[in-house]
Amino acid sequence: MRNMWIIAKKEYISFYHSPIAYVIGVVTFLTLGIFFWLQIDFAVQTQQFVPDIRNILDILIFPLLFLAVPVLTMRTISDENRTGTLELIMTAPVRDWELIAGKWLGTYLFFRTIIALTWIYPFVLNFMVDPGIDQSLLTANYLGLSLLTAAMTAIGILLSSLFKNQIAALLASLGVLIILWIISAPAQLMQGVGADLLRHLSITDHYYETFRYGIVDLKDIIYYLSMTVLALFLGTRAVEARRWR
Amino acid sequence: MINVSGLTKYYGVNCAVDNLTFNAKKGEILGFLGPNGAGKTTTMRILTGYMPPTSGKASVGGFDVIDQSLEVRKLVGYLPETVPLYQDMRVFDYLKFMAELRHVSDVEEKVDIVLEQVGMVERSESFISKLSKGMRQRVGLAQALIHQPEVLILDEPTIGLDPAQIIEVRKLIQEIGKEKTVLLSTHILSEAQQVCDRVMIINKGHIVAEDTPEHLQTRMVGSRRVTVRIAGETTPAIAIINKIPGILSVKLTDNDAIQFENPTDKDLRPLVAKALIKARFDLLELSSESVNLEDIFLQLTREEPQALSPSEVKDEFLAEEPAGINKKIKKEGK
Repeated sequence: MRNMWIIAKKEYISFYHSPIAYVIGVVTFLTLGIFFWLQIDFAVQTQQFVPDIRNILDILIFPLLFLAVPVLTMRTISDENRTGTLELIMTAPVRDWELIAGKWLGTYLFFRTIIALTWIYPFVLNFMVDPGIDQSLLTANYLGLSLLTAAMTAIGILLSSLFKNQIAALLASLGVLIILWIISAPAQLMQGVGADLLRHLSITDHYYETFRYGIVDLKDIIYYLSMTVLALFLGTRAVEARRWR
Repeated sequence: MINVSGLTKYYGVNCAVDNLTFNAKKGEILGFLGPNGAGKTTTMRILTGYMPPTSGKASVGGFDVIDQSLEVRKLVGYLPETVPLYQDMRVFDYLKFMAELRHVSDVEEKVDIVLEQVGMVERSESFISKLSKGMRQRVGLAQALIHQPEVLILDEPTIGLDPAQIIEVRKLIQEIGKEKTVLLSTHILSEAQQVCDRVMIINKGHIVAEDTPEHLQTRMVGSRRVTVRIAGETTPAIAIINKIPGILSVKLTDNDAIQFENPTDKDLRPLVAKALIKARFDLLELSSESVNLEDIFLQLTREEPQALSPSEVKDEFLAEEPAGINKKIKKEGK
């Protein structure tokens, strides 16, 4: 457990030494800022529209997090493998799951930092609209966003552990996330168990159908947590399998 | 401290380590000598718990490398062949991270100690990406030493260092080797000779010779190989040389020179010259070279035709002249 925190801390700090993290930060806040300003401006001019913070968070999820998660997770394990530092960690008294969980936690905490900073928009908006924004709706949105990011990050770490090449890891996790995003689309044309199954598997339906409307449902929380644990478990097995090659 | 028996590792169908058996005591510096691809790194990776063997047993400090891998990893300090460094970290932070992973107490103090040991104190705040190859090697070594391990496994520790640094690092290894067990691999023979208490020459996953460097050296340096070249028939000349007492294994080389071994302290060349001239041979050349560790190393590890299995290759080495010497080494080693 202690090793997991040590690795997570190192991983978290390393993002601040990397230009990619700053680029992602700048792009995120620039994009969100422009959309925020557009909404306010539109509301002021038309006087018929109440700015909604969910429009901002939608952009944060797609395309920003869907791109940023693969970009920031791609190097986590594959780069260690390429540079040989994986050999260092794997010959230190660190269990394989501690490595994977530590990598996930460090990366996740970085995304949580970005997500936490976006709180500035609802905070400002709260003073601009009367009687203020719906706080419980906001909390549910941020809870859902955190859970969604946890699962996405775990999937990114899993795919990084499978590839030595960073670009392969990037494309694979981008592919898997997009498939998990659109997997429920065929369900609209289907009926019965198959359609239900596809809807259950969708990584975004569990957010857009409930958390987005302020509904906190246990089954969605369980979905995201089990996706996270499953991906980290498979990632650990992938690292273990590396030893036997 | 290190016990290895019947260790075998296959990568797919390729055999990297074939039935390797050896051990290393506490306070011993054991040198692994061999050409690239001999199986040195694979053996080290198995001993450090990085990968399991295909078959055979290995233990470090009494702990099995597979079943008690975490215990083994606590005991071992390891410097892999490609120095594993995080380029975006500062030297101090990197060593601090490694110390924390190793659950070292008084982390910052220990980091200062190893920085002093490897002579990197003034560069502790530098980013690793800005360091020279030699400096990186030293940071890698510092990382292996951070938890004051009982067993130190170093894969080519002096590669990339300048001569002054090589001397420093060798001194450091010898210092550590007084109390701890050190297993180091190298393909520099003089390094093995200087630093190690015992040397194992390994080729294609086999141990081909094993002894103290002194023993290997006395055996080798004591023996001289003399080359004689004459005009005309060589067979009667060989008969004449054979009669001179002290001369061993006289043979004709591929380019019609006569070669023999002189294991005595005396220079036998004047006797040979006199005997040949007396028999009215025209002497063209009479030269002497000492058989050193390099020759033995090259002979033991050189490429052999593919058709031969590894065991046949070894037999062939041992049967060949001056394989009498190799045989002795082998016996001594066992």
